[in-house]
Order: sequence, then C-alpha cells, then structure tokens
Amino acid sequence: MNNVLAVSSVVMREMYRRKDFYVLLILTVLITLILGSVNLFNDSNIVRYLKEICLLLIWVSSLVIAITTAARQIPAERESRTIFPLLAKPISRTEVLLGKFLGCWLASGIALLCFYLFFGIISAARESGWPLGSYLQAVTLHWFMLAIVIAIALLGSLVFAAPSSNNTICFIVIAGVLLIGRHLHKVAVGMEQPSRGILTVIYFLLPQLGWFDVRERITHNWPPLEAGPFLLALAYALVMASVFLFAASWIFNRKRLQ
Amino acid sequence: MEYPSRELGSKTKVAVDGLSLDVQQGQIFGFLGPNGAGKTTTMNVLLGFVEPTAGSATLFGVNVTDKAARQRLGYLPELTYYYKFLTPEELLRFYGKLFRIPRAVLEKRIDEILRMVELQDARKRQIKTFSKGMQQRAGLAQALINDPNLLVLDEPTSGLDPIGRMKVREIIQRLKNEGKTILFSSHELGEVETICDRVCIIHQGTLREVGTVHELVSRHRCNLEQVFLRVVGYEGAVPHRPEGVTV
Repeated sequence: MNNVLAVSSVVMREMYRRKDFYVLLILTVLITLILGSVNLFNDSNIVRYLKEICLLLIWVSSLVIAITTAARQIPAERESRTIFPLLAKPISRTEVLLGKFLGCWLASGIALLCFYLFFGIISAARESGWPLGSYLQAVTLHWFMLAIVIAIALLGSLVFAAPSSNNTICFIVIAGVLLIGRHLHKVAVGMEQPSRGILTVIYFLLPQLGWFDVRERITHNWPPLEAGPFLLALAYALVMASVFLFAASWIFNRKRLQ
Repeated sequence: MEYPSRELGSKTKVAVDGLSLDVQQGQIFGFLGPNGAGKTTTMNVLLGFVEPTAGSATLFGVNVTDKAARQRLGYLPELTYYYKFLTPEELLRFYGKLFRIPRAVLEKRIDEILRMVELQDARKRQIKTFSKGMQQRAGLAQALINDPNLLVLDEPTSGLDPIGRMKVREIIQRLKNEGKTILFSSHELGEVETICDRVCIIHQGTLREVGTVHELVSRHRCNLEQVFLRVVGYEGAVPHRPEGVTV
C-alpha cells in the first residue's frame, strides 16, 4: 500500500500543478454566472435550468479531467522514460497501476468537490433550501462513476498506442454508454433474434454509468435515493472498476518495456 | 548474469546470446559495444524489464523479476526526462518512499545527495526549468537515494557538454571511492579508459572481449578505441602497427 500511495501522491501533485482543472473550473463558473445573470422570459423556475446547465458542465468537466488525466499516465511514463527508473525500484507493475488509479481517482474527487461546492453556492443563492444530503449523495455517486471511467481509460492507455486515440475512444465509449447505453435493452425488446440476444448481452456487459446520474433529482429537489440502491450502485462501481483494473494489470505485466 | 543460448526460429533476432559476466564488488565495470550490440537489452533483462527467452538473471542472489532484487540497486537510464512538475527534493522523496526509508533518514539522505550532485541550490525548483546537465544529475541523485550497493548507469554522460561530463565523471569517481560497484555503459571510450577497472566488449549479442583496460590494450597492442574497432570488425580502420611496437 505504501508504494501505491507514493505513486498516487505524484499523480495528485501533477494534477494541481497543471492548468486543466483550473481552466475547466473557471469556465464552468463563468458560463454558469453569465447564464445566472440573465433572467430569460421572467420565468421564476429559471433556477432549475441554471442548475441543469451547471450540472451538465460539471459532468462534462469531470469526464474531461478523469479521462485525460488517466489516459496520459502510463504513456507519459513511457515517453519520458521515467517508467524505467520507477520499475527499477522495489515496486511491482500492478502497484504502479493501482497508484495511478488511486491518484487519478482522488484528484478527480477533489476536483468534483470544488465543482459541487460552486454548484451548492449557486443553488443556495437562488433557492431557499440547501439539500445537503442530496448533494453529498450526488457527489459520491458521481465520484464512484469516475472510478469506472478512470479504470477504462487506464486500460485503454495500455491497449491503444497513442494517448490521443485512447482519449477519443474513451470519450466516445463513455458518451455512448451515458447517452444510449441505458436504452439498449428497450431497443432489444423490439428486435428479432439473434440481434435481440446480442444487444441484450451487450447491455449487460456495458458498465451502467447512467445509474450514477442523479442530476434530475438535484434539479427538481427530489428526495435522495434510499440507502439500498445507493450502496448497491457504489458496490457495482467498485466491482466494475476492479474488473477493468484487473484486465489492465494483466496486460501491463505482460508488456515488454524497451 | 548468465543467459545460456537457446535455439530459436530463424525469424527471431537474438539480441543477447550466451552472455555470462562477473562483476566484482567495488569495481567499475565498463560495458561496451556498438549501437544494437545488446547492451541495453542486457541491462533491461538485468533490471527485470524484459524476460530472457532462456536463462536467468539474479542480483544479490535474488531473481531480477522479484522486486526485492531491486532493493540494493540504483539505476540511471539513458535520456530520461524526470517528472517535470516535481522539484528534485520531491522526486527524491517519492523514490525514497518506494524503498521505505524512514522519514528522518530520507530527509538527511536527500540533503547529502543533492549536495553531492550540486543541486542543493535548485532543490525547490521544478525540474522543467533544469538544463540537460542538471537533469542528468537529478537522475544520478535518484539512482543513489537508497545508498545502493550496485549502480547500473546507462550512458550517463550522453548528450552532456564537457563541464556536465566532467561533473558526472567526478561523481562516479567519488562513488567508486565509497566502494560502490558500478556497471557502466558508454560510447565514450576515453571516459571508459579513465574510469573503468574492467571492461567487456559485446558485439551482435555475444561477448567478444573482457578484461582490464591494460590487459586489452596489451593483448591487441593498440589503444582502447582501436581494440574496440578491431573487436567489432572494423579492422580496416585501425592503423597497422609493426611487430614490437607497443602502445
């Protein structure tokens, strides 16, 4: 665990010394504040739209931070050749990978806290209530969803040669899963066999990232999820992230480093 | 290290074949060969980055694939660009943690090493602001963080200016005086001649010569550069020396 924590601390240091996170946070703040300052159509429910847009920006920003940070970790080590002095130390490749994962996940978590803190301030300024429980649940679900995304990006970085292609493929896959993944089984019902069976299998194999999206609940001030489904979703995220990390570790341990 | 030769398919290029070397404690051992001779492959096997197709490599009696084998090893790879967002102090702290060096000991060790490689004034500066020579010295510092018994240096002066080379050479000499065993790969034969106790020349993956610089020079009756050229098959480039003339 000592080695994993040491590697993760370097990843976190990298994130707060790079500009990506600050740029995305400032952009989210600016866009939300500009939209918040405009009172379109004198609509009293405008705060809902504002919350919706702010949450969308947070989701996009968090995916950008998580995918780009995770996807560059191993390729950057190989490109700058720091992987060699690192692996010449008493550390295993699996520990390096787990350290990278933990660092990216914790860094993304800190970024999420900053984003949601801003969201909380904006919604508190426009609404009377401050449903802290719902917000904490949303951040936690979002953060655990990012664990799956980071594990996928790390796996991709070991499969695809170029970090740019890995970034693109990860964005397409994650966006595809989030946008249409949850509707696949509904589409499958209306199809003939064997397409129906194939699509159903794909539906169950894909990580169900939509389960972690509680933006509607936040926007409309609905009560938080019950403990059962909430904990089940967190456990699911850990299992899925472990599966992708196991695959990444298997590949990394067999990779020739020259 | 011992890699017995093994029959492979005709399409397989054998990088290193049947190479066995003994490096004595406290020696600086020069590892010479032209580009593609198998020096880096040998080092990669020795460090556990590449598994040999046959044979095994052990460090201090432990198989190199076991991470414990690297506990007493320091490695400086060729042309490495260390984490540019870290300062040398943070870099050394990170690598020191991997060796589980207690905090107080680690801080003391960082001070000593940064002084040795003359980076104490730049200890709070990010590595991205460093010159190539400074980066190489930061690299040497990371190789020394665990006070290793064996140092593997892959072309440590490659790409450095004369002052940078001299500084790195001085550090290597100091490490030798401290009793460290150093496996040293370089194309700078003058440097090898100055620093190394023993050298070996490998070509096309096989060991061609091994001995002290004096032994090789006496055996071939020419200087080390000419010995090297002769061993790797560029004999035409070596001026003919009449019988009885010694160098």
